[in-house]
Amino acid sequence: MTEAKVIVVTSGKGGVGKTTSTAAIGAELARRGNKTVVIDFDIGLRNLDLIMGCERRVIYDFINVINNEATLSQALIKDKREPNLYVLPASQTRNKDALQQEGVSKVIEQLKKEFKFIICDSPAGIERGALMALYFAEEAVIVTNPEVSSVRDSDRIIGVLNSDSKLAKEGSEVKKHLLITRFSPSRAKRGEMLSVEDVREILAVDLLGVIPESPAVLSASNQGIPITLDVDNDAKFAYRAAVSKLLGEPEPVQTSNKWGFLKNIRIFKGEPV
Amino acid sequence: MSILDLIRFRQKNSASAAKERLQIVVSHQRAGITSNKPDFLPQLHKELLAVVSKYTDIATENIQVQLQNEGDFSILELNITIPSS
Repeated sequence: MTEAKVIVVTSGKGGVGKTTSTAAIGAELARRGNKTVVIDFDIGLRNLDLIMGCERRVIYDFINVINNEATLSQALIKDKREPNLYVLPASQTRNKDALQQEGVSKVIEQLKKEFKFIICDSPAGIERGALMALYFAEEAVIVTNPEVSSVRDSDRIIGVLNSDSKLAKEGSEVKKHLLITRFSPSRAKRGEMLSVEDVREILAVDLLGVIPESPAVLSASNQGIPITLDVDNDAKFAYRAAVSKLLGEPEPVQTSNKWGFLKNIRIFKGEPV
Repeated sequence: MSILDLIRFRQKNSASAAKERLQIVVSHQRAGITSNKPDFLPQLHKELLAVVSKYTDIATENIQVQLQNEGDFSILELNITIPSS
């Protein structure tokens, strides 16, 4: 098995789409045959389990594993849709002080033996939870909305990655990718919204992808389906393209036919409505 | 029923799915906070597993433990699946 890769999904600012992006990217990596685990680092305010649709299956969590109250295999929740996808939920009842570097390191090292991708969903802010989520990362997906406060906070988190990550402390660098979410091409065109190029230029980070503002994102989160595993929609294709880029693969050809729009309706997929 | 109605129906459907899921999660969450005692479910799960394992070959995921709050009482739901063979 090739070397495991640890990727943090981070942003500084809250509500920009870190958890949605973690679920989308993790599920897509797994769908393409890579054994993937998504970890919720938001201790006390977990939500990745809800977005992944496994909230009723949480028994043990990340903190239980750190404190040796459960084994890793007991805490990992196997996705029911993708056989290569696993979720490590955060604890809902403890606080972030439960995350100590030594304990987190132990869990990450164990996961590295089993998984090809370890995706760390960072909490907002630059406190302990966020620092622990990014500390072990080799690559970072910086989730940014084309909006002033989000761009500023992304710049701040890039600074933290450059100074406080393990790689930075070893004199190396975390590979950073910019993922612009909730983008509205028409508004950017009219000059009402920062353009992709504006954001990329300010942050000076390579662009991984642009996810359009889409009603499909809410529909997927309502149902606990990672957007990349949901019925066809614009955000799903944008995330799939971003994952291709992350893997260094050519972009997938979007198959669409004249009945393309009908695929969005459950009844035409033979699913219960 | 027009296609537009179907789309609307699906959207309504996803919102009601969200509401149902949230009601369960939130009731569980409140139960944990108001009782202000350590979450005993992991320990309960561990002990159940130990007991059932004495009699039959069973894995962690075959035992599901859920606590739901329903107003002034709670429902402890145990699901133990015993694999055939």
